[in-house]
Amino acid sequence: MLKTRIIPCLDVADGRVVKGVNFVDLVDAGDPVEAARAYDAAGADELCFLDIKATHENRGTLYDLARRTAEQCFMPLTVGGGVRSPDDVRNLLLAGADKVSFNSAAVANPDVIAQSANQFGSQCIVVAIDAKTVAPGKWEIFTHGGRRATGIDAIDFARTVVSKGAGEILLTSMDRDGTRAGFNLPLTRAISDATSVPVIASGGVGLLEHLVEGVTQGGASAVLAASIFHFGDFTIQEAKTHMAAAGIPMRMS
Amino acid sequence: MLTALIDYESGNLHSAQKAFERMAAELPNEEVIVTSDPEVLRHADRLVLPGDGAFPACKAALVEKTGLYEALLEAVEEDAKPFLGICVGMQMMARFGHEYQTTSGLGWIAGDIRPIEPTVSSLKVPHMGWNDLVITGAHPVLAGLKTGDHAYFVHSYQFVLEDMTQRFAHVDYDGEISAIVGSGTRIGMQFHPEKSQSTGLRLISNFLNWRP
Repeated sequence: MLKTRIIPCLDVADGRVVKGVNFVDLVDAGDPVEAARAYDAAGADELCFLDIKATHENRGTLYDLARRTAEQCFMPLTVGGGVRSPDDVRNLLLAGADKVSFNSAAVANPDVIAQSANQFGSQCIVVAIDAKTVAPGKWEIFTHGGRRATGIDAIDFARTVVSKGAGEILLTSMDRDGTRAGFNLPLTRAISDATSVPVIASGGVGLLEHLVEGVTQGGASAVLAASIFHFGDFTIQEAKTHMAAAGIPMRMS
Repeated sequence: MLTALIDYESGNLHSAQKAFERMAAELPNEEVIVTSDPEVLRHADRLVLPGDGAFPACKAALVEKTGLYEALLEAVEEDAKPFLGICVGMQMMARFGHEYQTTSGLGWIAGDIRPIEPTVSSLKVPHMGWNDLVITGAHPVLAGLKTGDHAYFVHSYQFVLEDMTQRFAHVDYDGEISAIVGSGTRIGMQFHPEKSQSTGLRLISNFLNWRP
């Protein structure tokens, strides 16, 4: 049976792990390579590595950091941040990423997803969707670290990128990110129901029960969190034990 | 002994290289090389074909590299060197792939590559994540593995075999999905051993120790 994944997210800027509170205040939470190695040892199911400054400072993703992280970890690694083209995908795959995450570039030009999926396969193309509630039951896409509204409906956009070949959606609720109030469950459920690919729920985890809700109520295939793990509130094993006790299939080691 | 990881510009070679190097370092006189040079394939003692991406693109990339495809056939078919296919590299062992279009494979295992189509709508495609192996056949490369060990999968297409004695492990995903296939000196893994932590590293070590 396929297991639900727990994915610690390493947000990085300037070569360090950070965690933005609603993407504004940054707190240094350590060296990314060290953190990756620790999560590998702790039994994380996958790692996510996002260069959160890459888009708005208009610089390429740090291949070298991805490479050094991948050298330490014999586990799946998703890398995103500033990914714009099939060439960026290839360079990140060569550096050791298993999956590459598009964000702003997919909003500007959804065909870049089709080009990349045709060349490398859907299985390695993730689209990170940052959505904000604009009315009850209605969510809109935001880009550039949540600072730029697009007017694009989140559900429509999710369907579009999946039809272009996205193999997974990393869904972040901008309303919840950094609040520790739990995932935006109606948003997660809406995107999960609207698409055929796995959805990773992200944004707002403060309690282990939030991880459970993301799966049982949100329909997520994986749950992503940063702060609760980075700052030692909970271990990966505590999270897995809690989710397994709630009846969710987990990979226990 | 020289293990050649075939570079045909398909995906994640770095991770596979690091994992093979890690396990080769624990054995005497083992060397790992990443190559697209046909001459190196002829001198290698065993071959690994990784692969991420679409079946037709992988096949085209393999054929387009001058002399590479011929050297692969020579090493595996004529010289019977041990071969490991990983993910799409495993799928390439089939007769045909049906991703986007029908493309001929290496034809080493009787069967086709067909889409994963779960009947339960809550099951997503790609089949992505950790699944527990059901081991159904004995094979030297599976030494020390047991049913219930987890491996990491990322794929939307699956290997449908004609001869089930050529399957050594599967996983459950609304039906059985082939996880490890093999015939003679050739073995293939649908999952990524280089990303499957201790289970995967053990498989890699077993492959390096395999003397079929």
